[in-house]
Amino acid sequence: MKSCLVVDDSKVIRKVARHILETLNFSVDEAEDGRQALSRIETKMPDVVLLDWNMPVMSGMEFLRTLRQQDFDVQPKVVFCTTENDAAHIRAAIEAGADEYVMKPFDRETLESKLQIVGVA
Amino acid sequence: MEVSDVSSRILAGLLETRTGQQLTMSRRWRIETALGGLMRDRGITSMDQLITALVAGREPWLAGEVVDALLNNETFFFRDRAAFDLVLKGALPRLQRSREAEKKISIWCAGCSTGQEAYSLAMSFLDERVRWQGWKIDILATDVSRTAIERAREGVYSQLEVQRGLSVLQMMRWFTDEEGQQWRISKQLRDMVRFDVHNLTEAPPKGRFDVILCRNVLLYFSEATRTAVFQRLAEASAPDGYLMLGAGETIIGHGSDFVIDPDNRGLYIRNAVQQPAPLSGLA
Ligand SMILES: C[S@@+](CC[C@H](N)C(=O)[O-])C[C@H]1O[C@@H](n2cnc3c(N)ncnc32)[C@H](O)[C@@H]1O
Repeated sequence: MKSCLVVDDSKVIRKVARHILETLNFSVDEAEDGRQALSRIETKMPDVVLLDWNMPVMSGMEFLRTLRQQDFDVQPKVVFCTTENDAAHIRAAIEAGADEYVMKPFDRETLESKLQIVGVA
Repeated sequence: MEVSDVSSRILAGLLETRTGQQLTMSRRWRIETALGGLMRDRGITSMDQLITALVAGREPWLAGEVVDALLNNETFFFRDRAAFDLVLKGALPRLQRSREAEKKISIWCAGCSTGQEAYSLAMSFLDERVRWQGWKIDILATDVSRTAIERAREGVYSQLEVQRGLSVLQMMRWFTDEEGQQWRISKQLRDMVRFDVHNLTEAPPKGRFDVILCRNVLLYFSEATRTAVFQRLAEASAPDGYLMLGAGETIIGHGSDFVIDPDNRGLYIRNAVQQPAPLSGLA
């Protein structure tokens, strides 16, 4: 079973994402911001991180940059999942090391196809 | 709003006469949703009013719009990647060898909806630019729905559409974002595909196609229509051309114009060398 860490400050989004991911046979963990996500990763490395952009304490971008600087044996795939949906944001995310990008609102098919593209589903 | 039996029969009849598509009982509940937008746009307030207008036939455009709205246009980029792989890795390498002299490949996407299928193919050719250097790749994409063809030609997709099936890199490479969360496909891709309105129940478009894609279109045709359409596809196919159907669609039981490609299960190949009629009971 593959694992996914959902990082989003919205409880509703976390719940929706968890629901979709569980039907896709993922084990799901949650974090409310980038800092929490980093500490989750210390204890358990997920296969993929579903990452929001704007969050209090530590944003998705800060989290991603910090994550990519760590020298883990294996880095998780990172799929941004955000309402920041213009080309400039997307380019910045890719440059910072994101593997895929989902623009909210999204549906099950979109998420599933993105997870397939990064090779975890 | 209730859609009465009579109304739904009239609508189903109209749809089948115009396109061959049957509105099975299980799909009739969708009529209301399907026509809601059109009725609002045209200021039609009840199903009765719509049916009366249709039957009176004073606005000839109305029937066309109703038919377009009733058609199922579901599609997305690289829908069923395995099928694309069969075409790209099974059919095209062989065609590239057999068409070496003329260096031309013709493809027909029949029932292309809003264009994603044809554009996915075009992208695949551009991704392998070096391999296809000096080749003329002709992609014709047709659909009975004028609305769908207009959208396909425009090549503008919503946020949800553009992320279905495409990787973020493909999206960034081939699209630019516009106002209102719309994404416009590159001119380079648009220039690779010719879009036309065409009805599969009528004579095929001019040309001898090396690959025909007719995916997720035949599902709601009657058996008789399906057989007739397969004959037309055969007429339009090069003698050694390929046919790709949707997952779950088959040619089995509809004559011998195409046969399963033994090297690429899932692809069909034109069986143009018809065996002469058997003299004895041999064949
Ligand atoms: C479900 S879509 C499939 C689109 C695409 N081929 C795919 O697989 O994603 C079916 C399309 O077939 C078109 N269609 C239905 N009847 C047709 C006919 N008689 N001639 C041409 N196109 C037809 C519909 O308008 C619709 O756009």
